[in-house]
Amino acid sequence: MSTLPNPAPLVTQANAEFWAATADGRFQLQRCNECDTVLWFPRRHCPSCWTENVSTFDASGKGVIYSFTIIRKGAMLYKDAGPFVVAYVELAEGPRVMTNIVDCDVETVKVGMPVEVVFHDTGQGNALYRFRPAAN
Amino acid sequence: MSIRGAAYIAGIYEHPGRDLPDKTVWDIHIDVALGALADAGLAMEDVDALFCDGTAGFGVLTLADYFNINPTYVDSTETGGSSYLAHVGHAAAAIAAGKCHVALVTLAGKPKSGWQGPSFSPGPEAAFEQVWGMMGAPHSYALAAQRHMYEFGTTSAQLAEIKVAASIHAQYNPNAFLQKVVTVEEVLNSPMVADPLHRLDCCVVTDGGGALVIVSPEIAKKLGKTNAKILGHGEAVKHTNNGRIDLTHTGAVWSGPKAFAEAGVTVKDINYASIYDSFTITVLQTIEDLGFCEKGKGGTFVADGGLVAPFGKLPFNTDGGGLCNNHPSNRGGITKVIEAVRQLRGEAHPAVQVPNPQIALAHGTGGSLGSRHGSVTLILGQEDA
Repeated sequence: MSTLPNPAPLVTQANAEFWAATADGRFQLQRCNECDTVLWFPRRHCPSCWTENVSTFDASGKGVIYSFTIIRKGAMLYKDAGPFVVAYVELAEGPRVMTNIVDCDVETVKVGMPVEVVFHDTGQGNALYRFRPAAN
Repeated sequence: MSIRGAAYIAGIYEHPGRDLPDKTVWDIHIDVALGALADAGLAMEDVDALFCDGTAGFGVLTLADYFNINPTYVDSTETGGSSYLAHVGHAAAAIAAGKCHVALVTLAGKPKSGWQGPSFSPGPEAAFEQVWGMMGAPHSYALAAQRHMYEFGTTSAQLAEIKVAASIHAQYNPNAFLQKVVTVEEVLNSPMVADPLHRLDCCVVTDGGGALVIVSPEIAKKLGKTNAKILGHGEAVKHTNNGRIDLTHTGAVWSGPKAFAEAGVTVKDINYASIYDSFTITVLQTIEDLGFCEKGKGGTFVADGGLVAPFGKLPFNTDGGGLCNNHPSNRGGITKVIEAVRQLRGEAHPAVQVPNPQIALAHGTGGSLGSRHGSVTLILGQEDA
């Protein structure tokens, strides 16, 4: 299994609330109060009806792998990571989010595999949301 | 208003170099500009419209200054490797509107000899895409390939057929970066970069550039260069759709129908196609999305020499494409247009020249299939097309 680096994300005015919540082990999503759309990635306006009337909620942290790749040799911070997986996970709430799949042999990763969120502390006041095969 | 027949591509030039450590990107911009203008029979002082991507310094300001010309119509549309096809469409529209008469499009870059290219300021998505170890285009395109395989049963051997066809063409191009014909087995046995893409599923990394000169019908007639009439253009941005990205198709599903409708032709009329080939999967998805075959059947379409010129079902990328010939500045759009014009002129290598082609298609894909990209489709034809 690969050991991945935990680079701090680029925290901005638009995403500060999301990243602050990851420090408490919470994966938050936004929902539009006007049209019920679940938003991804965090932002001020609903991208379906463009209202600013959106609220934040704690997501389930569950999903399935929509697609993935095994990067055989990483670069920069990931250069010593060994083979690792980047994936789109389709969350139970709808959005497909880019992430890493961890805590499993990379060769066992499959499209459609159920996964659950885990958090890896960046040491910068937030944590990266990654996903591992879901417990049965 | 339509651009059908409103403008012609009168000048083309592809820099012959693939490794240019002794030239600056600005030298290359001038080299290719002069080359395309000479091909058209025009001079730098004839240019009244200038087009370049967002990588050329401060865009048209930098280039107009360095070329020392005074264009009165400019456009720095930046859609990655598809930018130059967009420039052709925009130039044709500007010419149709009477805004300009001689438009110059240039591209130059030196990724092979170490020039890093531009760094764009991070967008709002950066925090959610740049921490996972995705370091290059192969990683992103691999996500699209994996999903296409899952939904449609596409195989690595089918993707490899695309590289094989490109390599068959490249053997006739003395400037091609890779001139050796490869087999499906060689593609499959090349090192895995990002599953399911092998090293030979990827395009080459080359220095170089290219240029195009687009002119009004009046000027084309004077120059005697009327065999690359611009018939249709369509462009689109395919993006992540609020976190609902569909990795199985490209923006060609939108740019293609617009270009075909404007040109008044269908896929059956296309005699030759330049299909953007950053990776084998880019070609496969684009062929499906343009309607050359049913969605999901691209693997079958490309098998058994379907893309091999001159007699395959869809002769493609007869210069060897980005997969074998050239991908200057990590952007293959301008060479797509150049080879389509060569085909229409009958100037492709005799071994891969399609007999008397009437209508050619060029398609660009810039950015990433795994996140967001620009798709641009051009349809070009002979004078009476």
